[in-house]
Amino acid sequence: MPAERRLLQGNEAVAEGAIAAGARFFAGYPITPSTEIAETLSRRMPEVGGTFIQMEDEIASIAAVVGASLAGVKSLTATSGPGFSLMQEMIGYAAMTQVPCVIVDVMRGGPSTGLPTEPSQGDVMQARWGTHGEHSVIVLVPSSVEECFTLTVDAFNLSEQYRTPVIVLSDAMVGHMREAVALPLPEELRVAERSEPDVDPDEYDTVMSTLDNILPRPDLGSRFRVHVTGLVYNRRSGVPETGSPDVAQDLGRYLREKIYHHREAIVRVEEFMMEGAEVAVFAYGSVARAARAAVRWARAQGVPVGLVRPITLWPLPTAAVDHMAEQVRTVIVPEMNIRQIAWEVQAAVAGRARVVDYGRVDGALITPEQIKDLVKKEFHYHRFS
Amino acid sequence: MPPASRSDGAAAAAPGADRAGPLEFRLSGSGGQGIILAATILAEVACAAGYEVVQTQTYGPEARGGASAAEVIVSRAPIDFPEVEHPDLTLCLSQEAFDRYAASTRAGGFVVYDSGLVEPSGLDGRARLIGLPFTATARELAGTPLAANMVALGALEGLLELVGYPALVDSVHARLPRKLLEGNLKALNAGYEAARSAAPPA
Repeated sequence: MPAERRLLQGNEAVAEGAIAAGARFFAGYPITPSTEIAETLSRRMPEVGGTFIQMEDEIASIAAVVGASLAGVKSLTATSGPGFSLMQEMIGYAAMTQVPCVIVDVMRGGPSTGLPTEPSQGDVMQARWGTHGEHSVIVLVPSSVEECFTLTVDAFNLSEQYRTPVIVLSDAMVGHMREAVALPLPEELRVAERSEPDVDPDEYDTVMSTLDNILPRPDLGSRFRVHVTGLVYNRRSGVPETGSPDVAQDLGRYLREKIYHHREAIVRVEEFMMEGAEVAVFAYGSVARAARAAVRWARAQGVPVGLVRPITLWPLPTAAVDHMAEQVRTVIVPEMNIRQIAWEVQAAVAGRARVVDYGRVDGALITPEQIKDLVKKEFHYHRFS
Repeated sequence: MPPASRSDGAAAAAPGADRAGPLEFRLSGSGGQGIILAATILAEVACAAGYEVVQTQTYGPEARGGASAAEVIVSRAPIDFPEVEHPDLTLCLSQEAFDRYAASTRAGGFVVYDSGLVEPSGLDGRARLIGLPFTATARELAGTPLAANMVALGALEGLLELVGYPALVDSVHARLPRKLLEGNLKALNAGYEAARSAAPPA
């Protein structure tokens, strides 16, 4: 039986995705343009036997989320720029302690209070590097209401599989818009369940996850001895060990490589009309919607332009960027910030193609017309109608 | 996005967006006039009729007042860009909304305004102006100016025959509490009939 089509808001779809992924704990503090996620979950969590808590602020919210996950419950919070800034310290704690959790940041114009009701992509670097210290994180960027649902499910699966915080980076446009969607049915979804490590509890603190075998995190209160610390710890015992450069190096490398070693399995990228493309538009989130319209227009004009849309922004889909760099002469990177991802693309393209950045921070969505103008410059010899 | 499942019966009764590609609406007024509710009902009904639909909204950081707008795109094909730029129809329920939004209407499109609240000017014949007394009608038939959004919703259907009037009635039935239903349905019907006589569907 096909799923029923219905009109759903992006933020509501995030909330439904969290429920479908098995999340049963939400702690948050309301902030535009993310509030509908909390509002929806305040109703939905009790319906499914879960817990909703409105905390006193965003720091407490993410702390409660980490605590709930340590106790064995899939957990999330949702916020926007100012709240995301407040959460950074605890996101680092979750990365260090390898606690699966999902943080939804519905981006708005910043810095500070900024443009609270307008979309932005100003947090893409903060999502990667917002907390201090060497760490890795997975960041997913939805560009439709349907993806608000599916990527939230993916975010929980990835966070369980790699024992890491995962950030869903939405924005005010995607979060607030309503679209006609047919959500996948529960039986069509792959949902990662949290399990126990397949080892003798007495031996647990003598074994160690490897890059190819990341052990599940045992719950606090289970039959396993678990030590949780933000200090550098010995990966075998979990006990703080700050005097050994070797132990620190081992942990630091591992925290990065457990994501990057699996980059190809983690990254999701969409290529649209790239066959024979001489120019690529590299666009993510709501800007990809305008880019898709511009690419469709260009192809109808007989101009070979394609779209490469990273769905996983971090890790960056470098294989797709490589492929694109070998194929096209110019890569156009429109984004609602100034060069945050364009610099990354430029580094990955490494001179094989020209990179044209187009950044706006005016609170308005980048339009198809603006991208068409950039495309026209690349084909100045073509007679456009 | 996977192709949408469509009900053929509903599609046959809903020719609106097939006539000339996607249809874009902007409903504008001031905070509290039920603009977003009207847009959401319009989008929901179009969704049920099998269309691709995107509904967005524009508002400022203020909690109340100010010009607010809600946009709906209805299409047979997937909708790439979710924002309305040059609507085929702009509804203006306040002077401020008219002054801000009417001029962005596509050339030859409709500007539908509240004739009791808005003094239309400055369009120089680029759009088709239709004035209807939405708020006065709401006050008269439903006993409250708050039903102006229902009069307007009926008028949009009367002008464009997008989803079929009965589907709209069903949606209002599903959305509104019973005690408000009678007045709001009268308001909806009055808007529908008034628009049909003001500008019979093409």
